[in-house]
Amino acid sequence: MAAGDSLRDIRRRIKSIQNTQQITRAMKMVAAAKLRRAQGAAEAARPYAQALRGLVGRLASRNVRFAHPLLRSSGGVRRVGYLVITADRGLCGAYNANVLRRTAVELAREEREVVVVAVGRKGRDFFARRSFPVLAQFVRLGDDPRYELAQSITAEVERLFVAGEFTELKLVYTRFLSAMQYKVEVVRLLPLHGGELEERGGATTSWDYIYEPTVAAVLGPLLARYVAGTVFGALLEAKASEQGARMVAMDSASKNAEKMLKLLTLKRNKARQTAITRELAELVGGAEALAEG
Amino acid sequence: MSTTRLEIVTPRRLVLVADVEMVIARGTEGELGILPQHAPLVTPLEVAPLKLRAGGKWEELAVSGGYLEVMPNRITVLANTAERAGEIDVARARSARERAEERKKGRREGEEIDMARAEAALKRAITRLRVAGEK
Repeated sequence: MAAGDSLRDIRRRIKSIQNTQQITRAMKMVAAAKLRRAQGAAEAARPYAQALRGLVGRLASRNVRFAHPLLRSSGGVRRVGYLVITADRGLCGAYNANVLRRTAVELAREEREVVVVAVGRKGRDFFARRSFPVLAQFVRLGDDPRYELAQSITAEVERLFVAGEFTELKLVYTRFLSAMQYKVEVVRLLPLHGGELEERGGATTSWDYIYEPTVAAVLGPLLARYVAGTVFGALLEAKASEQGARMVAMDSASKNAEKMLKLLTLKRNKARQTAITRELAELVGGAEALAEG
Repeated sequence: MSTTRLEIVTPRRLVLVADVEMVIARGTEGELGILPQHAPLVTPLEVAPLKLRAGGKWEELAVSGGYLEVMPNRITVLANTAERAGEIDVARARSARERAEERKKGRREGEEIDMARAEAALKRAITRLRVAGEK
């Protein structure tokens, strides 16, 4: 009989799997609760994003000549930055791997020089291990991304952009579709493009605005706010995706544990029966020996 | 009485949608009273209470900066934060006011940025307390 097949070993393995299952079940419940919150936050943030897109679009279409550092698209893009949003923690299935694999594909395809701004510990570690130049990092994001975080990320990438550290910035994040589904998105964040902004805003309206005090004073700060709004939306979408992925991963882990437990229970019962049969045989054998003697 | 649709949003949530007869907001250039049919306008907002009248009743919200956009058929407020009187955490605003005042008093040389932040925090706290009807 193999060592792992003894009754005691099987019982020990059952106990250990039960313990693991208890943990994965608890983690699934926690993720489910956090998912509800994260999903609520992502959905609650959409009206603002929509209103902001509309306003920026309407203003951009009326001020096509407006010059701003964030709007400037320098002819030759020499360096491209990737702002990559991942989770801080694992145990959420292939969530981080999916984001990073897609990013790696994009990076491999780049003919330009590439730099990275990492949001989330998993992404930061990934790029550090592969010695990609990480210009800035934001980790320990918590379960409830704050708008202030989006503001500091925006301030940092704006600074890097204006300083010429990269001439284009792409944002990689996951869009939340459902608890089961998310989609990795790659979008250009900087420079802002007047034409695109216009399109998003639905520029068909005819009026013009009174600007208090001036176009520049209104539109300038609004552009940074637009970037922050986009980043904040991405953070919330990513967080909801992550919690969904964690819930699904922990659910399937619990189910796998259940399957293993069924198999092991069967094995345990067989082993026990074998042991009983053997003992009986020994007893009977012993009795017969006695009777014969 | 003619009304116009007002929408107040913050990065976190939709705060209020109402058909209003009038809005009074403090822009960076001064107080603005907006009635329906007002000419389209855009302005940054100060940290200040925002007043609106809907169904003949006045309501005040604590708004901490953002943008006001007046369009022919609607008004949008994109605020950093906005709270109705009932949503304000008075205890928190009070302690924020105290902290900000202390920081202002304990001012040392070369702390210009902190000073500006304390000033801004104080403004927000005072606005909240005023809207909540506290002194």
